[in-house]
Amino acid sequence: MRYFLVLIPLALLPLLLNDFWVSQVLTRALILGVIALSLSFLATYLGVVSFAQVTLAGVAGYAVAYFGPNTVGLGFPLPLYVSLPIALLLSMAAGALIGLVARRSRGIYAIMITLAIGVAFFYFTRQNYALFNGFTGFSGVIAPKMGEGNWGDPMPLYFLALGVSVICVVLVNGFVRSPLGLAVQAVRDAPGRLLALGIPTTYPIVAAFAFSGLIAGSGGILNVWFQERVSSFSVGIGPIIDVLIISVIGGLRHPTGAFVGAIVYVMLDIFAIDLIDRDRFNLLIGIVLLAIVMAAPNGLHQLAIDWVGKLRGRAEQPRTN
Amino acid sequence: MKSLKIAVSAIALSAAAFPASADDITIGVISILEGAFAALGQDGIRGVEMAVADAGGQVAGNNIELVVVSSDASPDSAVSAARRLIEQDGAQIIVGPLSGSEGLALRDLSRSYPDVTIINGSSGAQDTTLRDPSENFFRFGGDGAQWMAGVGTYAHDTMGYEKVAIVAEDYSFPYTQVLGFMTEFCSAGGTVPAKFWTPIGNADYSSVVYSIPQDVDAIFVALGGSDAVSFLTQYQQAGFNTPIIGGSITIDQTVLSSDAAFRDMLIGAPAGTPTVSDYDSAEWQAFSATYSEMFPDGLGAPSIFAHHYYMGAQAALLGLEAVGGDLSDGGKAFRAVLNDLEFTQPTGGTMRIDENRNGIVDNFVIEVFEREDGSLGTRAIEVVKDVNQTLGQDVETFLAAGPVSRDNPSCP
Repeated sequence: MRYFLVLIPLALLPLLLNDFWVSQVLTRALILGVIALSLSFLATYLGVVSFAQVTLAGVAGYAVAYFGPNTVGLGFPLPLYVSLPIALLLSMAAGALIGLVARRSRGIYAIMITLAIGVAFFYFTRQNYALFNGFTGFSGVIAPKMGEGNWGDPMPLYFLALGVSVICVVLVNGFVRSPLGLAVQAVRDAPGRLLALGIPTTYPIVAAFAFSGLIAGSGGILNVWFQERVSSFSVGIGPIIDVLIISVIGGLRHPTGAFVGAIVYVMLDIFAIDLIDRDRFNLLIGIVLLAIVMAAPNGLHQLAIDWVGKLRGRAEQPRTN
Repeated sequence: MKSLKIAVSAIALSAAAFPASADDITIGVISILEGAFAALGQDGIRGVEMAVADAGGQVAGNNIELVVVSSDASPDSAVSAARRLIEQDGAQIIVGPLSGSEGLALRDLSRSYPDVTIINGSSGAQDTTLRDPSENFFRFGGDGAQWMAGVGTYAHDTMGYEKVAIVAEDYSFPYTQVLGFMTEFCSAGGTVPAKFWTPIGNADYSSVVYSIPQDVDAIFVALGGSDAVSFLTQYQQAGFNTPIIGGSITIDQTVLSSDAAFRDMLIGAPAGTPTVSDYDSAEWQAFSATYSEMFPDGLGAPSIFAHHYYMGAQAALLGLEAVGGDLSDGGKAFRAVLNDLEFTQPTGGTMRIDENRNGIVDNFVIEVFEREDGSLGTRAIEVVKDVNQTLGQDVETFLAAGPVSRDNPSCP
């Protein structure tokens, strides 16, 4: 029931708002939220902070651009029912590969390995013209047709992004309760004990990364349809840090935290320049982000839950996650 | 869950906080105000402000409202900046963007918004207007190839260079600059035996420095900002002293002001540019004086960016004046005026556009000289009038050569 209290207003919002709010704010936040969700998932349940989630989104995005319509005359156009599975399989395979490489590292070492992979992929897309079309990348990557219009129009894309977000949240919730998901959390809590029980840790880690690749890839495909383009800039260090910021300010405790972080980040990114002298708008963004991290060390999502708890009084308080 | 409700109320609140004003004409401006190009982007904004101040802040009785949005040199950011200006601020005219690949992205975007007119700022990729142009994307200025007009001929015929190696950054704008140089240089009889493409922001050029053939007469360097400084420093430290030919953003005041040992190597180096800081025409002197007066803390002289954003904004204002500020027909009449517009540009020539809506420009061959106080400056040694986008060639021949890339053009 509680979920419908959120979903119904979200479904009605497009009726109240203009195209700009629907596409540039809400849709963009949902797409970034999906990509950040894949990072939150790994950080929360596997205990590994991965900087390569934008890379995974980029793999799926580039695949859709390469195997779909584009205006740069590169790639093989395939029907959607072939190109979409290819894109998602590629991002899952890339995720599994990264998991395999990073399986023995934790903490700062895992961060370094995944960051190195992300940056290497960025430079590779920038230099490679045969597959990635170098610096310029792919443009004119339009979403599939739907009746009169196109899935990339503001309303359809919003509902598509909303649907994908809901599916991803449900998938994550389901995954962490499954035996495999429990094994992933066991790897996080006590890898030594798991090994002592005779369960190898490699498979859960690779599976968790592959699953995060599926989520990040879904976000990556939506992002390409939203931007109608993909280039080396889409997988650069800027987006990598953006996604990390979104996960952190939203909070890692619950999958929906990523979406809260995303909406706050998108609004700041768009409107900070209106609120302050245009030479200094990044200063405002930085200060707000710093304030959020200091005031809400567990993220905005947890902060909001705490406030609601306080408002309801202490009677209902003793409930922990 | 509740937090989402809070987010929703926050959205509703901010929606009320940004009302659109009905009587003003909104002109959106996209420039780069963050990262490595921020200083250049800021100068572009100064250009727009100068044009609006020239018009007294009004056109045909309507106030001009500027809405400035920043991009970060990436095509994605330029597209979202433009969408924000169009859908949220209701801008029907956009001046910008600054960088090459952003221009290509906005050219593509303009097809989705046929009622919006985009007037390029300073982006210089060739295919923005040459191949598959868009009805509502205008460039009152040249591309990177036009900005090199005259240099290839000068290098071959006057400097006597026969073999030139190329070192340039690996993206659309330097490709276009190299094409502009090589088109003239190769047809004058010169050869280019080796090209080196380096990533933007590269710090170590040693592998390039030692790979440059020993028998070349000069090196054409199309690198910007810190890349130019790093390459020239490492080249000079390796003990080489082959003469340099510069691209439009290589021989720039920021590079010339650097105190590094390579500065002596640069004296006498030719380069191509549409904007010369020390040009002595009356129009440029007046433009430069207004600039210094309006922006005491600006650069020493208007840069290529202030110059080009100024022309874009000036075209917009002249067009608006001619249609009485009326864009209610989706800007059709406005664009018809722009197509036939002619005005005097800050360097003194007449600005007009071709059928692809790309500027026909005057370009300068400049050289680096040492001022009496020991600092380096540039001076014009030749003005090439009326450079069009096909560099004077027949359109079919020019297009048949194919789009610019790492390997095109080639004359080893």
